[in-house]
Amino acid sequence: MQTSPTRDLLVGLFVLSGLAALAYLSIQVGGVAYTGPGGLRLYATFEQVGGLRPRAPIAIAGVKVGQVAAIDLDQDLRARVALDIDPKLKLPVDTEARIVTSGLLGDQFVALEPGAEDEVLKPGSEIGFTESAISLEGLIGKFVNNANLDQNDQKDKKEK
Amino acid sequence: MSPVQALGFRTLMLVVHLGRLGLFVGRLGRASLVGPSRIRRFIAEVFDVGVLSLPIVCLSGATVGAVLGFQSYVALARFGAESAVGAVIGISLIREFGPVLTALLVTGRAGSAMAAEIASMVQTGQLDGLRMMSIDPMHFVVMPKAWGMLFATPLLSALFIVFAIAGGYGVAVNLLGLDSGTYLSSLEDAVDFHDDVLQSITKALVFGTLMATIATYRGYTSEPTSAGVSAATTGTVVVASVAVLLFDYALTSLWGV
Repeated sequence: MQTSPTRDLLVGLFVLSGLAALAYLSIQVGGVAYTGPGGLRLYATFEQVGGLRPRAPIAIAGVKVGQVAAIDLDQDLRARVALDIDPKLKLPVDTEARIVTSGLLGDQFVALEPGAEDEVLKPGSEIGFTESAISLEGLIGKFVNNANLDQNDQKDKKEK
Repeated sequence: MSPVQALGFRTLMLVVHLGRLGLFVGRLGRASLVGPSRIRRFIAEVFDVGVLSLPIVCLSGATVGAVLGFQSYVALARFGAESAVGAVIGISLIREFGPVLTALLVTGRAGSAMAAEIASMVQTGQLDGLRMMSIDPMHFVVMPKAWGMLFATPLLSALFIVFAIAGGYGVAVNLLGLDSGTYLSSLEDAVDFHDDVLQSITKALVFGTLMATIATYRGYTSEPTSAGVSAATTGTVVVASVAVLLFDYALTSLWGV
């Protein structure tokens, strides 16, 4: 078997580019959506998380600052969401956490609205003010029910 | 022979072939464990399967990505969801098109050549010549070919996907005017490492194993005639392609949604 440096070089280049492609797919494409620093762990309790999933983004004023680390049930059977946030941020204690939807049918994410207090949330502490996910089906259901009730009222009035 | 007998014979032969394939893989595995490593022959096979398949894999990848970009744009624009083009392309490419199309291309380009090469060695008595020199042809011929193919397939599949993502980018962003950031962020948000990328790598490895064993087995057990060479080549392409598609379904359903 004769040796051929050119062929070996080409094989080496092929292997390198293949590994680079695998690395690109694993890290850049398949990796976490939020690539900034994490480390500040906060918790927030919601009545209803809707379609929120782990790794969903956390945003302040639309800027991504972290991601949802885990969603569990607490003792009172409410959803306890662990948030992983950029530790450089100094969030006031009266910060509010809301679950909102990007677009009409888009993915859900956690929006933080910083409050006005001077005291800062410490790692591991609980965000006191929360607003649950709005369920579109629930809203439509309420709307349809109300419309039906109105119609019934009008019918009753006519019959009288 | 009555049709019933013919059916029974063919069924039994299928089972016999499966048994022989099992024994063949066992011998191949044992040959891989003993030295010498045949690293130079392995590199030559990676060159044959990997480097020489690169042009067709990259070209096919770019074309498939471009077509996917076009068609998913057309379909999604009806719902005003053009921003999801990246997600559709990314998930379908990484989960399915990358590994499956790469496997079919490699079967056609390298698997058939591998089977034909071994089969013509059988026909011209070269394997017997090796045995005369007390060199195990399983160790000297089959093992480097099988490992070379198994090693090259995942790398080719990853390159196929990257070129397809680039092809989709070319069509969706440069031609149809989708926003560059929309395409890439929708792609990166939708694709998950465990659900999608790991599935892709697993599939490429399984397909590589299938192709390597089927191609070398068909070549090694071919009839020592010209017809035997052509039967081995055809058989490799047909059996390997069907096996890849069947295993693709099995792996997809095992992985869940």
